[in-house]
Amino acid sequence: MINSAKDKGIVPSDLDAIAFSQGPGMGPCLRTVATAARAISLSLDIPLIGVNHCIAHIEVGRWKTGAEDPVVLYVSGANSQVLAYRNGKYRVFGETLDIGIGNALDKFARGVGLQHPGGPKVEELSKKATSFIQLPYVVKGMDFSFSGLSTAAAAALKDHSLEDVCFSFQETAFAILVEVTERAVAHTGSEEVLLGGGVGANKRLREMLKTMCGDRGIRFYVPDHRFMGDNGSMIAYLGLLMFENNTITPVEESYIRPDYRPDDVIVTWR
Amino acid sequence: MFLAKGAEATIELIDGMVIKNRIPKSYRLKALDQIIRKQRTKMEARIISESRRRGVPTPIIFDIENCKITMEYINGPKIKDILTPGLSNNIGTVVGRLHFEGIIHGDLTTSNMILYDDRIYMIDFGLAFFERSVEARGVDVHVLFRTFESTHDEYEILIENFKKGYRGIFPDAEAVLKRVEEIKGRGRYA
Repeated sequence: MINSAKDKGIVPSDLDAIAFSQGPGMGPCLRTVATAARAISLSLDIPLIGVNHCIAHIEVGRWKTGAEDPVVLYVSGANSQVLAYRNGKYRVFGETLDIGIGNALDKFARGVGLQHPGGPKVEELSKKATSFIQLPYVVKGMDFSFSGLSTAAAAALKDHSLEDVCFSFQETAFAILVEVTERAVAHTGSEEVLLGGGVGANKRLREMLKTMCGDRGIRFYVPDHRFMGDNGSMIAYLGLLMFENNTITPVEESYIRPDYRPDDVIVTWR
Repeated sequence: MFLAKGAEATIELIDGMVIKNRIPKSYRLKALDQIIRKQRTKMEARIISESRRRGVPTPIIFDIENCKITMEYINGPKIKDILTPGLSNNIGTVVGRLHFEGIIHGDLTTSNMILYDDRIYMIDFGLAFFERSVEARGVDVHVLFRTFESTHDEYEILIENFKKGYRGIFPDAEAVLKRVEEIKGRGRYA
């Protein structure tokens, strides 16, 4: 990173502040970056800004697509959440009660011998399916669950082809996500939906969301691929928004937060 | 007259009766869509009647056909628009009654409750089911608390008052409320 900054002719005095992901995520990864960020902040005497990873996905998406006040479907390996902004916070309207959709796909894929990451392979195999198999469709209010679906899909392989199971898994899981997104849209009266997170790369999921938004007459936004999955720009961008609004993180409060929830963050930039 | 276009159904007021029609979702695979709509319609009508019979205010069902339910019109404000700590206590009583009778609403939001004649009517049983487990009851209450948090200010007071009403009528309340805390912190990465 330092070399790349040097190559671009960026010198330390060009930096106004240093942003890092404070969470959620895995402890060792978060700790490594937090330590580096603290060191840079202290040695250059510039403000430190700890950002929430989930909200960084949302803000980079809003910035890149022009969505103003969307219902956000954030889907990645570990996360699956439906969020919307209200009264100074991003509220979680619905989320997985167990595992994220990405992990559910990976878990299933690993079990049947497909290589990591499983999502793209499941998507590919789905295209060759010939029939739909009924699998657990679990929506509990605004929340949902995928672990049962993942297990049932693996069990269905005894009587069905891998292609049919992949197809049915996708159709069921994505229908759940789109249904809950639509419920949040109905509940908030929002006219926009924004997709974010690595699983957002799935074409079938996009198509379903696009159809739902089209049927409701609302707008659907997807940022460029490089801003969908985890990326450094989103951390830097949210850091900038926070910096401009004097939301900085004192070093003594810069401890990592592996379980950092988006609804713990007080939004100062909207 | 359209009363609402919800996420999964249209609600129309025709000749003084409410008609709830589960509309096809074109984003969903047709086979899956039909299974879901039919199952939910049948189960919903059954649970609405059952709840009413057991003392929870719900609309009277007049007719069921395919994915359509015809029922009584409850003419009052949604709790979402008028929620007070006092009403939250009453919600606790109504939900406690449902749970005591072995019914899980499955979508406890303040948009699904109407105040009429000083009583809270529960509507939209589209995701309801029969179950007596602490887990199912816990998720039910958890979903409601999430609505308090996401759409109402001062939700802590609302939650406290709900608990009072819930404990007041339902002997197993303590176990459920304890489970709610556990569910809140469970398996959540974010």
